[in-house]
Amino acid sequence: MNSPAFFDIISFGPDGWGHALAAGAWMTVLIALAGFAIGSLIGIFGAWAKISGGPVPRVIAEAYTTILRGIPDLLVIYLFYFGGSAVVTAVGQFFGAEGFVSFPGFVAGALAVGVTSGAQQTEVFRGAFRAVHPGELEAATACGMGRVLKFRRITAPLTLRHALPGLGNVWQVVLKESALVSVTGVVELLRQAQIGAGSTSLPFDFYFIAAMIYLAISTVSGAFLNASERWFSRGVRRG
Amino acid sequence: MDIAFASETLMSLLSALPLTLELAVTAIAFGSVLALALALARLSGMLVLDWLARSYVFVFRGTPLLVQIFLIYYGLSQFAAVRHSIFWPVLREPYWCAALALMLNTAAYASEIIRGGLLSVPHGQVEAARACGMPRFMIFRRIVMPLAIRQALPGYGNEMMSMVKATSLASIITLMEITGVAARIISESYRVIEVFVVAGAIYLAINFLLTRLIAFVEYRLTPHQRQPLAIHAN
Repeated sequence: MNSPAFFDIISFGPDGWGHALAAGAWMTVLIALAGFAIGSLIGIFGAWAKISGGPVPRVIAEAYTTILRGIPDLLVIYLFYFGGSAVVTAVGQFFGAEGFVSFPGFVAGALAVGVTSGAQQTEVFRGAFRAVHPGELEAATACGMGRVLKFRRITAPLTLRHALPGLGNVWQVVLKESALVSVTGVVELLRQAQIGAGSTSLPFDFYFIAAMIYLAISTVSGAFLNASERWFSRGVRRG
Repeated sequence: MDIAFASETLMSLLSALPLTLELAVTAIAFGSVLALALALARLSGMLVLDWLARSYVFVFRGTPLLVQIFLIYYGLSQFAAVRHSIFWPVLREPYWCAALALMLNTAAYASEIIRGGLLSVPHGQVEAARACGMPRFMIFRRIVMPLAIRQALPGYGNEMMSMVKATSLASIITLMEITGVAARIISESYRVIEVFVVAGAIYLAINFLLTRLIAFVEYRLTPHQRQPLAIHAN
């Protein structure tokens, strides 16, 4: 059993875990980005269904956000991971493959994170649309803009401006939620820390480093989000 | 959907319900005390306390709960000093490690909610209490705290619900609460949808009851906002 010192672990040398941890952190960011993007798509459609959809889409969107905000994320990840594997296995058997075929953990994780964050983003987009002054939309119609043009030039940019603070919060939640995807075996940051902890029997060092990397990612992306919030609100008069 | 299988699943999941509730109640009860202490530290005006509470909240809100659970459950056992201390019988148990991690985590989020509640108490109310000759602690107990609780309750309700959901992470460190049992049944039977629907329904039911409970407490705490009872003359 070799027990490297704390600074040997984070070094990028031959015995260090630096490269592995960096790769894990990169995977965490990728899962979070993919999940967030899927969630944004769902959120936009969900918000549209709640605002101007007919009674059926509205009921569906309402049920979706209520359910997804009331059940644990881990359960959703299990649903996509095991459920996806069941579907893939069934398809495999249809084409003559034998035995259990596992669903790629990355896809299951990104979908699960996307579906849960989609419920939150639906509410964010809906609230942001509410904050757009109706006069601005009326003015666009009065100028003779078509529906698509109005959406592209007026509705979308204004909604996005109001949605940014909420989206920032959802991003932070998604980043932390991506740690749960480690249960599917995807080697992201937490899984990599688990592997390291197992092979060096230094669990505290590895989980502590993982925690610090998560903190760094959320701090850096938080600063970036604040900057973009300022940029997109530069036309807003304050005070 | 197979009704017999679903009802069998419901029975085994319901037997895990007490553990889920126990974890949530323990975490919320101890967490609220720590949260109040943290909020008071933030508002104490003492630089050291303020800074300590600030960094606590920053670290616990900036890292995933699962990492915190792993740090406490797997991480602490790395140190011989911990293994030989009087806390070891507690820190050896996955239940207490999960409860501790959940408690430390919810305290960070709840302290910001409580701080917001404390800040929302109008200055005039405190001034009036002081003018009545109340000592500091009595002002806090009779004026500031009740008003702050009333203000913070909706936000605190959301935090309690996310705690109920967060107890599911305890299944990863071998605790057989609802999600743990659900995962076991899924891996034994490969019937994902049925188990997911039943387990999800239990969590939804808990959270629905919780919202009703919070709404009731809110109703009791805001008598001034209710419509006066109509009095019939005849």
